[in-house]
Amino acid sequence: MSAVQTPPLLELEGVSKGFPGVLALDDVRLDLRHGEVLALVGENGAGKSTLMKLLAGIYTPDAGVFRMNGQELVIDGPRHAQEQGISIIHQEFNLMPDLTVAQNIFIGREKRSAGLFLDDRALNARAQELFDRLGLALDPDEPVERLTVARQQMVEIAKALSFDAKVLIMDEPTAALNDAEVDVLFDLIRRFRSPDTGVIYISHRMEELARISDRISVLRDGRYIDTLETASADQKQVISLMVGRELRSEQRPGPVAASDAPVLSVQGLSTKRLLRDVSFEVHAGEILGFAGLMGAGRTEVARAIVGADRRDGGVITMRGTPVDIQNPADAARLGIGYLSEDRKQLGVLLERSVRENIVLASLRDYVSGLGFVNNRRIEATGKEYVSKLRIKTPSTAQLVRNLSGGNQQKVVIAKWLAKDCDVLIFDEPTRGIDVGAKEEIYALLRQLADQGKAIIMISSELPEVLRLSNRIAIMAEGRLTAVLDNADASPEAVMDYATRFSAEGTIA
Amino acid sequence: MSPTTTPTVDPQTPSTSAYAAIDAGKPRFAWVRGSLQQVLAAASLIVIVIFFSVASTHFFTANNLISILTAATVTGILALGTTFVIITGGIDLSIGTVMVLCGVMAGVFLTYWGWPLWAGVLATIVFGGIIGLINGVNVSILGIPPFIATLGMMLIAAGLSLVISGTKPIYFNDTPAFQQIMNLSIIPGVRFPLGVAIFIVMIIVAAILLSRTIIGRYTFSIGSNEAATALSGVNVRRWKIIIYTLAGLFVGLAGVLSASRLSSAQPTGGMGLELEAIAAVVIGGTSLQGGKGSIIGTVIGALIMAVLTNGLRIISVPQEWQSVAVGIVILVAVYLDMLRRRRD
Repeated sequence: MSAVQTPPLLELEGVSKGFPGVLALDDVRLDLRHGEVLALVGENGAGKSTLMKLLAGIYTPDAGVFRMNGQELVIDGPRHAQEQGISIIHQEFNLMPDLTVAQNIFIGREKRSAGLFLDDRALNARAQELFDRLGLALDPDEPVERLTVARQQMVEIAKALSFDAKVLIMDEPTAALNDAEVDVLFDLIRRFRSPDTGVIYISHRMEELARISDRISVLRDGRYIDTLETASADQKQVISLMVGRELRSEQRPGPVAASDAPVLSVQGLSTKRLLRDVSFEVHAGEILGFAGLMGAGRTEVARAIVGADRRDGGVITMRGTPVDIQNPADAARLGIGYLSEDRKQLGVLLERSVRENIVLASLRDYVSGLGFVNNRRIEATGKEYVSKLRIKTPSTAQLVRNLSGGNQQKVVIAKWLAKDCDVLIFDEPTRGIDVGAKEEIYALLRQLADQGKAIIMISSELPEVLRLSNRIAIMAEGRLTAVLDNADASPEAVMDYATRFSAEGTIA
Repeated sequence: MSPTTTPTVDPQTPSTSAYAAIDAGKPRFAWVRGSLQQVLAAASLIVIVIFFSVASTHFFTANNLISILTAATVTGILALGTTFVIITGGIDLSIGTVMVLCGVMAGVFLTYWGWPLWAGVLATIVFGGIIGLINGVNVSILGIPPFIATLGMMLIAAGLSLVISGTKPIYFNDTPAFQQIMNLSIIPGVRFPLGVAIFIVMIIVAAILLSRTIIGRYTFSIGSNEAATALSGVNVRRWKIIIYTLAGLFVGLAGVLSASRLSSAQPTGGMGLELEAIAAVVIGGTSLQGGKGSIIGTVIGALIMAVLTNGLRIISVPQEWQSVAVGIVILVAVYLDMLRRRRD
């Protein structure tokens, strides 16, 4: 009998789940071995989140079997999943910002006396015990809203592990973390891993998979494609399994002809909080990438330029003329469009149609003298950009909410193109967008630059910066530490400039 | 060095420097701000009291302070209950007219049906709770937005009061002790009414419920992030019903006290009272977005409103202007709160 292999920690077989009009999961299998980190990858719409929600007990499967250690497992609701040892850390945090750390961790499981009264001191003590066990430096009594994103994630993990989890599922856990924070997270994952636990790790970031995972399972269009050993898999192979086609090899852009005068020039930009004397210029036809660690001030530069944040000093020049930008409306009038990193909050109106979103910044051009909106022209413009940017939508009347992340991003881009902007500032243009759609966004950015737009692209993904930018501006602690030509910018060089902190006595 | 690691972190052991990096954005002394709105409200209350004390010798007397407390009692009790609803991110517009309806029901129980005093009072409070329960069901089971659900209930209650009473006041002739509930003087020598004592007890009850019990915990949790609370295995629907019911019980009590004070159930009016109660809650720093609030804040808010009304009358400001003053106080209080939040 000893020759018989032990059953995997978690095993899925023949799992299907349909929604009206779509088969989200079609006969999917998956196995998670004891003690491993299994990466689960796939484009948006591949079925990862449906699979997660089945395991979380939010959905029930139409068909299929779950087994844990060989025993069949029926999951009845989120609470039941947790009790069975399956804990999920969702992409959007499920924390109550107004409650303390300990209150969040034990929400729904509070010990009460007389059915009514709570003992927060005991709750804090239990939380502290948990943190000691996990080696987490968290204060149980601190309200969650005062924690950084990284620490909120630690709370999520502590909460998940407080259920005595056997299977930990993480959905894009590093989306909002900087490198140092990612290291802490990975350390936690490694320490969680034991002979009777396992981790399913969902991510779009290929480099991370190589660092943390043992195997990689690929889903595409709701179907299971393949599982690879991470050690022997290469990135291109995984991506081609995900998208079902080989992607053309990367080509790094060279410098643009610097003969013409800059479109946008920034001199000595400073803000009270962070920025110190930031100066750079962008030319027509150029993509200027901004690299740096989280909190280095890249987004702040963009926000200060368009007047979303107050400037404390600095001169902004457009085509040789100094301009006065007090607010984003001024910036838009001058032809500077800012595409926020927070697409859903600050980029699109989710509940409005594609065409309304596209003309939002230029609505005045569609209003007659009497104040009536010309819907026919809006429709025409909407159609024009939907076909130009290949936005996948059944019609321009579709609500933006129903579009995928990549197509929502295209709507935002269309909005600024309709405004006829010469300078486009992209802040994390591919955040939360799947690999195939990323390629399209990259191609679109390149195309816009080739058409003569001046593009600033802020990205936390170094490969993305290196691949797209003609020149790369690197920031650290609110200062610009270098502007490199792409040819001079190795990952090591960029990292070096990104960690040039100013404080005396630290890294020189 | 690979591009995805920073030089300061050893991936095997989370050194303190790794946590230092995580801590970089953490605001210091943040805990001071949490209570700032309450401190601000309390400070404004003190300033207003000092102002009126200087302006008139009739203001800062034991008798007048007690009449301020008496005036604050009914609105205050409404505000206590509705604080819970507002912290969940909801609103209850029905409390004013439901309170009037509860008064009418007290008349029905005690005068029409001749129930003993204790039974009539208890039944009135339970009746308020039932109306709250219906509001809760409408909001959490039927999914009607709180504003609409309670707007409907506000009109229903206003109409029912008139229908049930035949549009005439109901007097408590058979139970003369009824009016003592609000008015009985409980301290010899001083005119300290029982109603105010009940108010104070209810403040303590509400404060304990909000800060020390499961009801309060889930009140904050739902207001803070309802979806996340549900995903954590909390039966949000049930708890919302419980919270609206609790608010209804407070409304029932306010109905008893209000009818007792007038020695009769007046079937008209009550409209506008809900807004006074909401104003008290908001002045006290409870956020209409939910998740934030306190009982002490609500009490201070109710006192500010009562002191303003009383003080302005004492210094002979025409009544028309009193509502203007209260309106300005609301705007200033909420604006200051916004300023504070923006700075965060």
